[in-house]
Amino acid sequence: MVQSTGVQRAKMSRHQRTPLKNTNNVVEVKSKFEAEYRRFALKKSGTGGFQEFYRLLQTVHRIPSVEVLLGYADIYGDLLPINNDDNFYKALSSANPLLRIIIQKRDVDEPVVFATNSLQRRKKGLAGLRPAQQKTKPGLMIGHPQDFRQISSIIDVDILPETHRRVRLHKHGTHKPLGFYIRDGVSVRVTPQGVEKVPGVFISRLVRGGLAESTGLLGVNDEILEVNGIDVDSKSLDQVTDMMVANSHNLIVTVKPANQRNNVVLRGSKVSVGGNSSSGSIGSTISHDLAPSPASQSVSHYSNSNSVAEGDSDEDGDIIIESDILPYLPDHCVSNGNGSHREFPLSSSLGQRPLPQSIFLPSSGSLSDSKASLNSLTTPTHNGSPTKTSSSQESMREDGNIITM
Amino acid sequence: MKRFRRHGQESHRDRIKQELYGFNKTVEHGFPHQPSALVFSPSLQLLAIGTRSGAIKLYGAPGVEFMGLHDENAAVTQVHFLPQQVDLVTLLDDNSLHMWTLRAHHGVSELLETGRFTLTGPPGAPPSVTRVTAVLTHSSGDMLFLGTEGGHVFVVEVPGFRELEERNISLENVTNSLPEDYGGRRSLEHVESLQENPVNPRQVLIGYGRGIMVIWDLERHSAVKHIPATQQLESVWWTEDGGHVLSSHSDGSYCRWMVAGEGTQSEPEKSEVPYGHFPCKAISKIIQLPTEQGPPFLFLSGGMPRASYGDRHCISVIHSKTHVALDFTSRIIDFFVIRDGPDHTGDPSALVVLVEEELVVIDLQTEGWPVIQTPYLVPLHCSAITCSHHVSAIPLKMWERVLSAGALQNTHYSKKPWPITGGQNLSPDAPQRDLLLTGHEDGTVRFWDASGVCLYPMYKLSTAGVFLTDAEPNDNMNQCTEGEWPPFRKVGCFDPYSDDPRLGVQKIHLCKYSGYLTVAGTAGQILVLELNDEAAEQTVEATVADLLQGQEGFRWKGHTRLEVREEPVTFPPGFQPFALVQCQPPAVVTALTLHSEWKLVTFGTSHGFGLYDYQQKSNVLVRCTLNPSDQLAMEGPLSRVKSIKKSLRQSFRRIRRSRVSLRKHHVNSALLSLANARLEAELAEMELAPVQRKIEARSSDDSFTGLVRTLYFADTFLSDSSHHTPSLWAGTNGGSVFAYQLRLPPVERRSEDPVSAHPAKEIQLMHRAPVVGIVVLDGHGSPLPEPLEVAHDLARSADMQGCHQLLVISEEQFKVFTLPKVSAKMKLKLTAIDGSRVRRVGVAWFGSSRSEDYGESGLTVLTNQGDLHVVSLPGVKLQVQYPCIRREDVSGIASCVFTKHGQGFYLISPSEFERFSLSARCVVEPRSLVEVPSQTPGTTLPRAQPDGPRVMEHALLNDESE
Repeated sequence: MVQSTGVQRAKMSRHQRTPLKNTNNVVEVKSKFEAEYRRFALKKSGTGGFQEFYRLLQTVHRIPSVEVLLGYADIYGDLLPINNDDNFYKALSSANPLLRIIIQKRDVDEPVVFATNSLQRRKKGLAGLRPAQQKTKPGLMIGHPQDFRQISSIIDVDILPETHRRVRLHKHGTHKPLGFYIRDGVSVRVTPQGVEKVPGVFISRLVRGGLAESTGLLGVNDEILEVNGIDVDSKSLDQVTDMMVANSHNLIVTVKPANQRNNVVLRGSKVSVGGNSSSGSIGSTISHDLAPSPASQSVSHYSNSNSVAEGDSDEDGDIIIESDILPYLPDHCVSNGNGSHREFPLSSSLGQRPLPQSIFLPSSGSLSDSKASLNSLTTPTHNGSPTKTSSSQESMREDGNIITM
Repeated sequence: MKRFRRHGQESHRDRIKQELYGFNKTVEHGFPHQPSALVFSPSLQLLAIGTRSGAIKLYGAPGVEFMGLHDENAAVTQVHFLPQQVDLVTLLDDNSLHMWTLRAHHGVSELLETGRFTLTGPPGAPPSVTRVTAVLTHSSGDMLFLGTEGGHVFVVEVPGFRELEERNISLENVTNSLPEDYGGRRSLEHVESLQENPVNPRQVLIGYGRGIMVIWDLERHSAVKHIPATQQLESVWWTEDGGHVLSSHSDGSYCRWMVAGEGTQSEPEKSEVPYGHFPCKAISKIIQLPTEQGPPFLFLSGGMPRASYGDRHCISVIHSKTHVALDFTSRIIDFFVIRDGPDHTGDPSALVVLVEEELVVIDLQTEGWPVIQTPYLVPLHCSAITCSHHVSAIPLKMWERVLSAGALQNTHYSKKPWPITGGQNLSPDAPQRDLLLTGHEDGTVRFWDASGVCLYPMYKLSTAGVFLTDAEPNDNMNQCTEGEWPPFRKVGCFDPYSDDPRLGVQKIHLCKYSGYLTVAGTAGQILVLELNDEAAEQTVEATVADLLQGQEGFRWKGHTRLEVREEPVTFPPGFQPFALVQCQPPAVVTALTLHSEWKLVTFGTSHGFGLYDYQQKSNVLVRCTLNPSDQLAMEGPLSRVKSIKKSLRQSFRRIRRSRVSLRKHHVNSALLSLANARLEAELAEMELAPVQRKIEARSSDDSFTGLVRTLYFADTFLSDSSHHTPSLWAGTNGGSVFAYQLRLPPVERRSEDPVSAHPAKEIQLMHRAPVVGIVVLDGHGSPLPEPLEVAHDLARSADMQGCHQLLVISEEQFKVFTLPKVSAKMKLKLTAIDGSRVRRVGVAWFGSSRSEDYGESGLTVLTNQGDLHVVSLPGVKLQVQYPCIRREDVSGIASCVFTKHGQGFYLISPSEFERFSLSARCVVEPRSLVEVPSQTPGTTLPRAQPDGPRVMEHALLNDESE
């Protein structure tokens, strides 16, 4: 499922479109169902609601009786659901100017998972593992996690003491900050010798509207025990800060919540989802990974704190721009004195030059992190490395300026 | 089976590691921080310095050095050698006494603490009774007299520290012996001084704080004589013939008293206030030494007129008609005089003065009393050190040229050899000539011979002459006008006051083959200099590099550019500047690299980087790296650590600025309220959260992302794998790497055709951590050689057949990419694993200590936790890890510099470099031997005194044993 989505996206990304003349009131819609594409325009005003749109698509694709799920690619390239009026309007407003709709058959056996990670994750080794396990455990779904973008998850519930909580924060391309602060403090540990006070690191503040706050999984005065599988015992506040920042693209913190009332309760081997939920305007939920998460596979046991947790999603996540300059290079490129050498601005104004380059965006990277810089990158490029398209990511501002693969 | 084999390989690797790496802190160079005590042993010819941090350092002949550290964290207040022995006693601030000895072990002496002792008074006595204020090591070598604050004198047997209670001289004993009429029986106060009669070890003089001195006969246990000085006593000196006692006092006077005869001498033979009439400060120490023929030398410390020169630190030397007040730039700790002759009883030959910031040695036998240059204890910090650069294996020719340029600067020094000659230096000759260059706040660059144990000054380069500064060069107090009283003479080189902070040197790069040097400073100035053996008069032309490249909306709020002298300047032989680039905005230069083969210099600031062709004296490339939203980069003097105080200050400035602009332009008040809100938020943050750290991913909008951290030249495969070309690489604080392909004209057209640079690659590291190092590895996985290194047959040329690799070192990880197509190959994470970050990194060659021809390249890394790591190349695997510097010692970590052979230096105080070695083969450490004088057949028996006292001594010894 996950892989097939990727392929579909790849096909789409190769499709070039002509520029649109009038983008003010009209939303250009390109919808796809299985292998079929439909293109049509939609007036921004007077589009009606979600139901109307749903029926419109059924009509357009001539599938009047098929139950489908609607999804769209947002500006960060995430596949997000359309299932009510709110997120339908959100989808409309995010079209610039093209709105890409992906229609999938509602399938009972394989729940569709939206969100970033679903599109790009797990090439290596784990890719096959996950769907396979999902197949063996059908129908355990409790809420509708596919309707929302995953921003955090509780993981490794089965191997952690129930007083601890391991939280994974998914930092998306959103400019939403992680949004929390940590401080030094005193932790009380119960040892065979009695109660012992040891220095610890605690969450001191949650920024309003930040990722940490919106998950509801982290709270002020929660003690931080591990960062990405590494014990923070005997580490200074600055060290813990640096570790968290270094892992910020895929941060897994194990905390001992100050409020122990919302703990996950282990009932035999069964796992139930605990926690409170909150939803912001974008739509967030706490989804619990039903299958053992990749992190739990490397952190085989809680006490094994020295092992590095999985989540190395910055693997090759760097943006590399190579310009095949030689044949194209203008001779006046270099000037003496205060030479205005501006052929190649990575992050500046809109000077455009037909410099052929390849922008190599490695596949398994958490693309969303590099997105910010790509958006500001206005150097004209073309797709120089078609073999990489399977890793194709979203973010198609189809004005011909950027194509990220 | 397989597992077994792997285990074998691992242990093999472990053995190789042991042969390659080993961590040692080897020697401390420079001048000890906060010295507090000084002593000299004429018999050992060793000088000892105690410091406020509890360190004790011994120095003899150049290369002979010992160091010890007291376990107690207390200042060393006094140090005394036991006469004719290799033992010394230290007194600490906490009133404890410590015995140290130089013990020979495997032919090398070591300084060891052998005992400690604290005086215990009678039960119930106040602590002042046993608080030691004066120490006398008796010439018999086995007794210690301890004068205390309570006025008692305790006698202790050494080296065992056994109290000899029956020999104590209590205050009561002394008071009872005083004549009835003395001073109405007021307290005598503490014991200020204890002196032994130079010709009669049976007599000891006890000087009390209130002024009275008592000569005490140890054998008869009674007072022999009283000397009733009336002024507060500062110091006492017993002349060598035993006939006179000199006392110096707190009112700036000194008195000479006759010793001969018994009873009380009511009047001094002579009393004088040398800088008289008006009230004077105390003379804290007085020494008088005879000469073979002619009048004696008199040395006085202090005694200046209180009102006019009370703030001067002076030692007056009076000999015959000559009277000089040596004027030091920092507080005098202590001084001593070295005497000629086999027994060190001849004419005074040198005056050694320890002041707070340096050691000054004056040659007393050469006309004009010139200063002798010190081979060690050199004040590295005569102007604050702002950066350092190490160059290994200097070619002999270059070495000699620098030396001769330096010799011309040192003509004012005495030609006499170094007068302190104790011990034998047994360390092997340095394997190569190494230079350490230090940049200073006053715009000077100092060249130090760092080959061996002594960090010896070779040459000093001043860059200030190129610029117009406020201070006139001859503005010193140096010249003394005729007939000035007191007759001051300025000595010493410690001068921490910089005329213009913009002159400060921030980056240095020297090419050891060509003699080209580039020096960059605080105000964005980059000087290119060439080693010239002749003096030359030339104008230095400035080229401006506009790093903002017309970016709108920025206004530099820092200092202005330095003004360049337009008229020709005469430069003495040595490194002479011939080209100058000035960055605009004139921000501090943060990266600098020279390529002498291509004749290019590249430089970077917080705004961008540039490439300068010093052959044609023109800019080749200027690239702005500034993030358009980064206003902080325009704030001026760079501070990577933004304190709350500073951010507050910035907020205030912002408000003030916006107010000004309000008035001027009638613009929106939104700006003001915004600034106010920010200030409030910052204030609130400060109050609510004392210490908390924000957890946030780095973004491209962070401040100083455009700051250029590293620049690198490489001849490598940038565009295709068949042609290698010159290239320039730059790494920024925001995790970006920029690569430019350089096109150099053929050598014969080098001065005419332009050099060109074309952008070739850009890498944005996803983790966005600052890039602190870039290295290209050749086909063998070795780092590319330095420019001209191959041409001089000193390195194997790089392997251009195999695939080159690019190593990018960020503060958080080491990452290897393939070339020419950049794709990640492998990496080593640091921060994500243990929370430490790379602060300093260098490429080094580690030779095996077992086999001469085996060695490996590696990265030497210092983290912000103060740990040293060695990372292998090209595999980027962590090899070894050693704790080295305290993590709180930020300036120590920032000052670290690595050598190319696995050694390094860092500042342990503003004035001292600690040298360390990570290499098992390449270790520079002091190895020296000091022998007990009496066992050395070569030296005459030092105690060539008349028979009388010796007999006395034996009598004393017998006394004890009874």
